[in-house]
Amino acid sequence: MPMLSYKDVFLTYRGTAVSVKALSHFSLDIDPGEPVAIIGPSGCGKSTALLLAAGLLQPTDGEVSIAASKVTKPRFETALILQDFGLLPWKTVYDNAALGLRVRKFKRSEIRQRTEKALQQAELADFARLYPAELSGGMRQRLALARALALDVNLLLMDEPLSALDALLREQLQDLLLQLWRTSAYAQVLVTHSIEEAVFLGRRIIIMSQRPGRVAHIVDNPGMGSTDFRGEAAFYTKCQEVRAVLTAQSLKGAGVAGADVATGANADAGVSRA
Amino acid sequence: MRKLLSYLAAIAVILVVWELAALMVHSPVLPTPLATFPMLVRYAGALAPDFLISLYRVVIAMALGTVLAMPLGLAVGRSPRLDTLLAPLLYILYPIPKIVFLPVLLVLLGLADAPKIVLIAITIFFQVLVTVRDAAKAVPEASVLSVRSLGASRLDVFTNVVVPASLPELFTALRISSGTAVAILFFAEAIAGSTGLGYFIVDAWGAIDYPRMFAGIISMGLLGVALYEVFDLVEHRLTRWRSSVRR
Ligand SMILES: Nc1ncnc2c1ncn2[C@@H]1O[C@H](COP(=O)(O)OP(=O)(O)OP(=O)(O)O)[C@@H](O)[C@H]1O
Ligand SMILES: [Mg+2]
Repeated sequence: MPMLSYKDVFLTYRGTAVSVKALSHFSLDIDPGEPVAIIGPSGCGKSTALLLAAGLLQPTDGEVSIAASKVTKPRFETALILQDFGLLPWKTVYDNAALGLRVRKFKRSEIRQRTEKALQQAELADFARLYPAELSGGMRQRLALARALALDVNLLLMDEPLSALDALLREQLQDLLLQLWRTSAYAQVLVTHSIEEAVFLGRRIIIMSQRPGRVAHIVDNPGMGSTDFRGEAAFYTKCQEVRAVLTAQSLKGAGVAGADVATGANADAGVSRA
Repeated sequence: MRKLLSYLAAIAVILVVWELAALMVHSPVLPTPLATFPMLVRYAGALAPDFLISLYRVVIAMALGTVLAMPLGLAVGRSPRLDTLLAPLLYILYPIPKIVFLPVLLVLLGLADAPKIVLIAITIFFQVLVTVRDAAKAVPEASVLSVRSLGASRLDVFTNVVVPASLPELFTALRISSGTAVAILFFAEAIAGSTGLGYFIVDAWGAIDYPRMFAGIISMGLLGVALYEVFDLVEHRLTRWRSSVRR
C-alpha cells in the first residue's frame, strides 16, 4: 500500500477573472519510507502537488490519499516545509520548534523532551532563545526542519527548502537531510529546481510536464543513500540523464519537437478566461 | 541610558525655545517655563481631580474603541467575503471627522462622561479597525499555511499568527491616535460639562486667569505625552522579536 497516492488528480485555481489549470491527470504513488524528488519547469504545479498532499488544498477532480485514506485536511503525521520556511518571527527558536506539538495538544513534558531532541538533531540546541531574525539562513532552514522532526512524522513534504542558501551550505544541509531521513522512517517528497539535489536526495526523480502539470517521466536512482554518492561517477551520470530528460521536456514545452499536438498542450493551454 | 540622555536633551531644547518664545511674545498668555512650574505646583491640588477625570475618560474610551474594533478588524482582514461587504462602508465612514457629531452626542447622552467617551471611542474604533484589518490582511500566506499544515485550527492560526502579526500595528495606531484622542477630549470638555482639564482651561481663560489656564494647558500636554509613552513602551515590549532587525 503506497504511503501517498495521487490518482488522476486535477487542480484548477479559480480566480475572479481567470482560472488556472495547475495539474491535470497527475498520478503518482510514493511508498512508505521512500524519498522522492520532484523537478519540473517553473509554474508546472509542484507546490500545488505538495499543498494537496498536506491537505491544504482539495483536488478539483481525482483523489489524493495517504495510507489509503482520502486527504481532506491537514494530518498529524505529515509535515510541510515551505520555501521561505514559514517560521513565525515573533516566536523564539524553541517556540517555533514546539509549535506543532503545542497545536496538537501534546503533554508539556513531552513537548519539552521532543522539542529539545529535535533542536539537537538540527544542531540548534544552543540557540533556543533567539528569534528567527537573529539566525542565519542555514539556521532558519534547520529550524524549519526541527519543527517537522519534533512531530515524528511519517511523511515529510518540502518545497524548495534549500533554494535560498549558498552552494556550500546547501550541500551541508542536503547531507543533514539525508542523514535524518536515514535515521527516521519517513517518506519524503522534495521539490527542487536543482538536478544535483534531486539526484542526491531522490530514490526516484519525478519529472513533471509544463503546466498543467502531470508526471512526464520518472528516473530511478537506486544509487542514492550515502553522502559519498555526490563524489561518485554514477552520480554524475545520473545527473546527466536527468538533465537530458529535462531538456527534451522543455523543448517539447516550447513546441520545438512538434509535440504540441501529441500532448494537447501549448504555452497557454492551462489558462482560460472565466 | 543613552535614550535617557537624548530625552533630557530634547526637554532642554524645548524649555529653551519656550523661554525664548515667551520672552519675545512678552504677554501673560504665554508665561516663561520658570514662571510656569511654580504655577503647576500651586494649582496641583486644583488640577488633580480634573486631570484624573480626563485621564479616566480617555483611557476608558480608547480601551472601549480598541476592544470593539480589534476582533472586527481581524475578522474583516482574514475574510475576503466580510471585506468586500464592509470595505465600501469603511472607506466612506473612516475619513469623516467624528468630532462633528459632538452636538448630536451631547443632546442624546447629556453633558457628563458618556458623550466624551463615546466620541473618542468612535474615533479610535475606526482608526484601530482600519489598521488591524490592513495588518491582518498583510500576514504572510506562508506563515498561515505552515501553521495550518501543522494541524492548527482557525483559532490556533489567529492566536499564533494573525494576532501577533497585527499587534505592533495596533499599538502604533494607538500611539499615533492618542494625540487625536486628547484633542477631542479637550474640545468636548471645553464645550460641555464642568469637569476635566478642557473645562479647567476654558474656565480659567474666561476668568482671564492666565497662570491657571497655562497650568491646565501644561497638564493636558503631559496627559498626551504620558499616553504616547505608555503605548510606545507596550509596543516595544510586544515586539522584542523585531528589535534585532531594527538595529
Ligand atoms: N493561489 C493561486 N491562485 C491562482 N493561481 C495559482 C495559485 N497558486 C498557484 N497558481 C498558479 O498555478 C500554477 C502552478 O503553481 P505552483 O505554485 O504549483 O507551481 P510550481 O511548480 O511550484 O512553480 P515554481 O517552480 O515557480 O515554484 C502557476 O501557473 C501558478 O501561477
Ligand atoms: Mg513552487
